[in-house]
Amino acid sequence: MAEAILTATDLVKYYPIKGGVLRRKVGDVKAVDGVSFELLKGETLGIVGESGCGKSTLGRLLMRLEEPTSGSVVFDGVDMYAQKGRAMRKLRRDIQIVFQDPYTSLNPRKTVGDIVGEPFDIHPDVVPRKGRRKAVQDLLDLVGLNPEHINRYPHQFSGGQRQRIGIARGIALNPKVLICDEPVSALDVSVQAQVVNLMEKLQDELGLSYIFIAHDLSVVRHISDRVGVMYLGKMAELGEEDDIYGRPTHPYTQALLSAVPVPDPTLRDKKEQIVLKGDVPSPANPPSGCRFHTRCWKAQDKCKTDIPLLELRPDGAGEHLSACHFAQPREIIETIDVSDLADGDLDTGRRDTASLEPVGDGPADS
Amino acid sequence: MTTSETMARESAKSSGQTYKPQDGLLLEVEDLHVEFHTPDGIARAINGVNFDLFEGQTLAILGESGSGKSVTAQAIMGILDMPPAVIPKGQIRYCGQDLLTMPDEQRRRTRGPEISMVFQDALSSLNPVFPVGWQIAEMFRVHRGMNKSDALERAVKLMQRVQIPAAKERVGAYPHQFSGGMRQRIMIAMAIALDPAVLIADEPTTALDVTVQAQIMALLQELQEERQMGLILITHDLGVVANVADKIAVMYAGRIVERADVYDLYRQPGHPYTKGLLESIPRLDQKGQQLAAIGGLPPNLMRIPEGCAFNPRCKFAQDVCREDRPALLEVAPGRESACHFAEEVLHG
Ligand SMILES: Nc1ncnc2c1ncn2[C@@H]1O[C@H](COP(=O)(O)OP(=O)(O)OP(=O)(O)O)[C@@H](O)[C@H]1O
Ligand SMILES: Nc1ncnc2c1ncn2[C@@H]1O[C@H](COP(=O)(O)OP(=O)(O)OP(=O)(O)O)[C@@H](O)[C@H]1O
Ligand code: SF4
Ligand code: SF4
Ligand SMILES: [Mg+2]
Ligand SMILES: [Mg+2]
Repeated sequence: MAEAILTATDLVKYYPIKGGVLRRKVGDVKAVDGVSFELLKGETLGIVGESGCGKSTLGRLLMRLEEPTSGSVVFDGVDMYAQKGRAMRKLRRDIQIVFQDPYTSLNPRKTVGDIVGEPFDIHPDVVPRKGRRKAVQDLLDLVGLNPEHINRYPHQFSGGQRQRIGIARGIALNPKVLICDEPVSALDVSVQAQVVNLMEKLQDELGLSYIFIAHDLSVVRHISDRVGVMYLGKMAELGEEDDIYGRPTHPYTQALLSAVPVPDPTLRDKKEQIVLKGDVPSPANPPSGCRFHTRCWKAQDKCKTDIPLLELRPDGAGEHLSACHFAQPREIIETIDVSDLADGDLDTGRRDTASLEPVGDGPADS
Repeated sequence: MTTSETMARESAKSSGQTYKPQDGLLLEVEDLHVEFHTPDGIARAINGVNFDLFEGQTLAILGESGSGKSVTAQAIMGILDMPPAVIPKGQIRYCGQDLLTMPDEQRRRTRGPEISMVFQDALSSLNPVFPVGWQIAEMFRVHRGMNKSDALERAVKLMQRVQIPAAKERVGAYPHQFSGGMRQRIMIAMAIALDPAVLIADEPTTALDVTVQAQIMALLQELQEERQMGLILITHDLGVVANVADKIAVMYAGRIVERADVYDLYRQPGHPYTKGLLESIPRLDQKGQQLAAIGGLPPNLMRIPEGCAFNPRCKFAQDVCREDRPALLEVAPGRESACHFAEEVLHG
């Protein structure tokens, strides 16, 4: 087995919620709440989960763009959060990030050349000043942008084109780990395929490791060796790609997979969907016990009180990590068989039965 | 349709122009051209787009980033910034009347009651400083001349219709107090508030999770069936298209290169670009292999290639493709393709 390049142990990130005239702390947004995993050298670990479950926060913690509330990250043998100054700067070169939002992550007043070349300014020893323009143009070419457009501004590109600018910047320094936060979400499939191919190629050639955060489950499946499914700041399920997609044992994973639209019109209406009740509850006040119990059709009393641990649990073929007391494999990808569910267990209606309290992401500042 | 909505529709008619579709034909876009006059030159974003939309129909516009989907939608809505945009040529007929030559005031009044749009980014399209209920109610006050309490009541009904839980209690809440999926539902509520005949949804679920996407698409479909709206769904998600569209128009470099029924198109694409798109979807059996990406770059709109705009990226390209621009022609019943070798692509 390959060795780990990055090991996260019990990572926690709480954001304080301040309230009242004195702006005193009245609670915490539990954005990431006890996440542990390893990223192996040269592998791609996919991270999926609904909006607000903590994927981007996790990404920022791994980049040390933010300090964790607790927990540790060991990168290439060094304790990341203990590093300072020069050592940290060097470490930063090795972990780069590609951000989620192509509309706001690019400075509108800088040219594409400035944006993509920015990492070379921060780490001037990578490419000699004279070679920079060429290096930037090569990067643009690599990510499928026209190198002639080096002097253009972000607003002159469409959404998808802007996302590629971010990717070019992310790979500029040849990092060891690239954290990709929804890197291809804004791209249409032909370009997505190019970028995915490009990322796989770079990975093979340079031995890069990827954390690939995305909501397109089919792209994650294609690119990932292993996949982690997050729900409300916790890892619900973690395993090899075919464990998660072929033998998911956590009800949340099963619901997520069932919602993926299949690119085949003949399967219209044939594919059964598990439509989850309501939205993701607020991470400021996550449900007790299993965090999924408010939306889970299999929930029992035990789920409301006992936190299910992320443990190896049988999946029919072997076992993989799942955080459900009642983990049970179910095939989802083609069609799901709902016949073994009791009446009313499954909400296949299109209603949204969320109560007033659990407003999705973003704590209301009260 | 509820009685109050029918009444609303009536009052819209009495307050101005009436529009009546002939044989269900709502919208005809004919030879539409849009250019952007920029300091660097003229970007030819739309180069002769043609399509029809009927009542109750879902037309998906599918295409690469930058192919002109949003510009087409903006041209139909009449919300392009002109300048830099210029429409040198073309017609957009709504119920037989050309929106492009209509007096400004009359055109403005189509926006909302006749043709309406859901934008990609719900958060930036909602005003953060006003309660959402107020923002919806405002539409009824401005367009329907309702008083404040009636308008708010209608707003609550509409929020309920788009499945905002506890809508009555939430009518005074601000956009940031809703989740992304709920905000998108509120955008949909605002778009359908005045009961439009045509709804344009520009990437309505791109920013959302699959579970929420499934809810939103189900809602859009339900509303469309209920109101027999013509729906233009702009997306790059081939999965979403397969699930909801009746007809598909595939755009490339500001033109429609293929138009077909959804089942036909997925079974057998009639244009090399469509074929490439379908082949580049990650499939199970391709694990560990390269995806069949379409090579090359989307064209620079200031210098669209001579002949077929797709020729530098096309596996089928011949000399003729570099000289003659293929017209969008019928290649099989109900199918059109803009390719010199459409027959071969379709059958070979
Ligand atoms: N700086 C912050 N202050 C307070 N709360 C925050 C902050 N950053 C994130 N959060 C909250 O933490 C939770 C996790 O956010 P995060 O952005 O990590 O989610 P995500 O999984 O990346 O979602 P998405 O898919 O929408 O990008 C959310 O509820 C978010 O509102
Ligand atoms: N204000 C503008 N000035 C110059 N060019 C523009 C302007 N607005 C749009 N364009 C160009 O017009 C083309 C079509 O843009 P449009 O937004 O319609 O693309 P799209 O198909 O919606 O792409 P996406 O999938 O990325 O949203 C793009 O190449 C874009 O760069
Ligand atoms: S532990 Fe209980 S509530 Fe949680 S996923 Fe399993 S069955 Fe559902
Ligand atoms: S006309 Fe020629 S270049 Fe264009 S799509 Fe057809 S075969 Fe390809
Ligand atoms: Mg995120
Ligand atoms: Mg667009």
